[in-house]
Amino acid sequence: MGATILMPALSPTMTEGKLARWLKKEGDAVKAGDVLAEIETDKATMEVEAVDEGTLTKILVPEGTEAVAVNSAIAELDGGEGGAAAKPAEKPAAEEVPEAKAETPGAAAPVGAATHAAPKGPASEPEKDWGPTKSITVREALRDAMAAEMRRDDKVFLMGEEVAQYQGAYKISQGLLDEFGAKRVIDTPITEHGFTGMAVGAAMSGLRPIVEFMTFNFSMQAIDHIINSAAKTLYMSGGQLGCPIVFRGPNGAAARVAAQHSQCYASWYAHVPGLKVVAPWSAADAKGLLRAAIRDPNPVVFLENEILYGQSFECPTDEDFILPIGKAKIERQGKDVTIVAFSIEVGVALKAAEQLAEEGIDAEVINLRSIRPLDIDTIVASVKKTNRLVTVEEGWAFSGIGGEVAMQVIEHAFDHLDAPPARVAGLDVPMPYAANLEKLALPTVEHVVQAAKSVTYKK
Amino acid sequence: MVQGADAGTTKRRGKAKAPPANTQGLTQEQMLQAYRDMLLIRRFEEKAGQLYGMGLIGGFCHLYIGQEAVVVGMQMCLQPGDQVITSYRDHGHMLATGMEARGVMAELTGRSGGYSKGKGGSMHMFSREKGFYGGHGIVGAQVSIGAGLAFANMYREDGTVCLTYYGDGAANQGQVFESYNLAALFKLPVVFVIENNKYGMGTSADRASASKDRSQDGSPWGIPGEQVDGMDVAAVKAAGERAVAHCRAGRGPYILEMQTYRYRGHSMSDPAKYRTREEVQKMREQHDCIETARKILLEAGLPEAELKTVDDDVKAIVADSAEFAQTSPEPDESELWTDILLEAR
Repeated sequence: MGATILMPALSPTMTEGKLARWLKKEGDAVKAGDVLAEIETDKATMEVEAVDEGTLTKILVPEGTEAVAVNSAIAELDGGEGGAAAKPAEKPAAEEVPEAKAETPGAAAPVGAATHAAPKGPASEPEKDWGPTKSITVREALRDAMAAEMRRDDKVFLMGEEVAQYQGAYKISQGLLDEFGAKRVIDTPITEHGFTGMAVGAAMSGLRPIVEFMTFNFSMQAIDHIINSAAKTLYMSGGQLGCPIVFRGPNGAAARVAAQHSQCYASWYAHVPGLKVVAPWSAADAKGLLRAAIRDPNPVVFLENEILYGQSFECPTDEDFILPIGKAKIERQGKDVTIVAFSIEVGVALKAAEQLAEEGIDAEVINLRSIRPLDIDTIVASVKKTNRLVTVEEGWAFSGIGGEVAMQVIEHAFDHLDAPPARVAGLDVPMPYAANLEKLALPTVEHVVQAAKSVTYKK
Repeated sequence: MVQGADAGTTKRRGKAKAPPANTQGLTQEQMLQAYRDMLLIRRFEEKAGQLYGMGLIGGFCHLYIGQEAVVVGMQMCLQPGDQVITSYRDHGHMLATGMEARGVMAELTGRSGGYSKGKGGSMHMFSREKGFYGGHGIVGAQVSIGAGLAFANMYREDGTVCLTYYGDGAANQGQVFESYNLAALFKLPVVFVIENNKYGMGTSADRASASKDRSQDGSPWGIPGEQVDGMDVAAVKAAGERAVAHCRAGRGPYILEMQTYRYRGHSMSDPAKYRTREEVQKMREQHDCIETARKILLEAGLPEAELKTVDDDVKAIVADSAEFAQTSPEPDESELWTDILLEAR
């Protein structure tokens, strides 16, 4: 049985090449691995190896020929197995998949994310009333959320630097070691890249790790695993391998810790399909959203704020209290301007709204809660009512969340806008250490008030 | 499963040799199975090279030809429930775990019948059923993920072991050393298998690392290691049994440095000018794992006709996989938007 040897493609982009030299001549016996010819491409000279054994019966393209198209016949081989002669099929036929796909841990059917889908209509139904509340700190809310989920599911565990014996660098994990033991509350060495990869592997295996970064600045050491390993594997595996994991810790500026410890990573992580990104403000946000994040079958980046840890808020006492990821909350109703904020800036926006009220401007304040997925329906419904938009974030404006919110509002409600949207954001500088300079670099109530006045054309 | 020259040693130095004396530890049946499994990988990869040449496989394609004894020998040490993870030179590992040639080849051609429905390609395939956790494109990332699979084994206390493969190039990544520390600290049941094929892409191992004996890279953390003749499937299996037994006994990680060799370039577009043709030919002619196995089987009295039957079976499987990979349809356009997120319960 004869075989035709075809001009091979030697790189993803090669379409033709020069057949520089034949190293075998007609009549030669050929063994697998023998070099048959040399081919020159624009990049390199490559050798063509025989795959099957046989006798080279005919050379179809003489050496020195330029621009030989990939896949054209260059020689004939006798006695081979015909592999090289295999032709691409003209018409694909339906075939079954190689195996039944194993169930992904804790997962239901895969769903696609369509960030460009039009809003589905008016803002979602009002938030469920969870009954009696109690004042607790954000710190307690986070701890209670982890404890509740660890009681509920023994696959949930916490790992990070100083989370166990030290009780947490910011005391978020206080008491967890006592209740759950060293097996489930795990002190790691200072080795973010390694332990994040390890946690991702454990999640792929079906456990539900919570990874605490002492601050999100240190997640930069591990961002490859968050994005390339955690966020993309479900897609690359055709839905087989999910990664149920929570990456949490304080994000953004604390106070006087300078540039390397004071950055908001919301827009970095929100950029990536396959991740969910959550940023709570109140204790109720913290508790309800962290419980949802731990139960979520996807990787969730959970951005906390150090300054909020000690602040107290009313939080439902119901044992089942949980909040859905992907729903914003209207913290204050208003009709004149929509102020969209997340994390600590929600408090700033609410203070600004009080000042604005004194000046006769009725602001609506939206707490995003979830950055990805973004609850654009609630934002658009609000803008359709107020016709004006101000976004507030602590991070830099360039490629920021405010820019994304404004663009989506423009896409979905351009005709409802009575003024160009305004962004309030951290200044475009690395965070300075000096107290006066740091204050200048961060958004303030006054900035938000000014922005709201400018979009309502009030002085 | 300890035998002659290797008994009781935890460390061997020196150039890999291919002494037939080392192969006596396998039964004839095991050796025949190993021969068949190695041949399947060889023929599969040759076919993948052909399909790449025909433009049917796109992007990157890293062939495993030459290194077959490593995955085949190691797989013989595993039990159901154990895990395997590697980087992007992964076709051999998948076939060794028992994943179907059809599904692997169809993934290479980007078809819906591929293991990842055509959405992963050569470097990204998985099979939870066969314990294969990828298929990872970022050099070294699989090492800490592999430590994590082993962490889950420890957490579940189910006695399973994870084989974590990486090359001599990846062995220089910082997270590999972080993983050594974590694995030793937590006593994780993970065998770190370094496939030292002498070249990280075009840079020879001795130009890339000051460590001359990679099997001892875990010594600061007390991780035992061995250099193994990775061209000899029986030597690989013998060392693998020691390593896996160490892990299953709860004694923590183990390092095996497989001295192996790839015959082809790093990827399809590698002109391989960093080594001589003679070096490659010498390895092929004197140390080829398949030829060695074949010789041993014939010397042991196996009729040549039986080997021919194996050859024919393997060729049929590969031909069928190539046919499937060309006839399976491309993924439906709706697949573009699936498998990004799982729906929360």
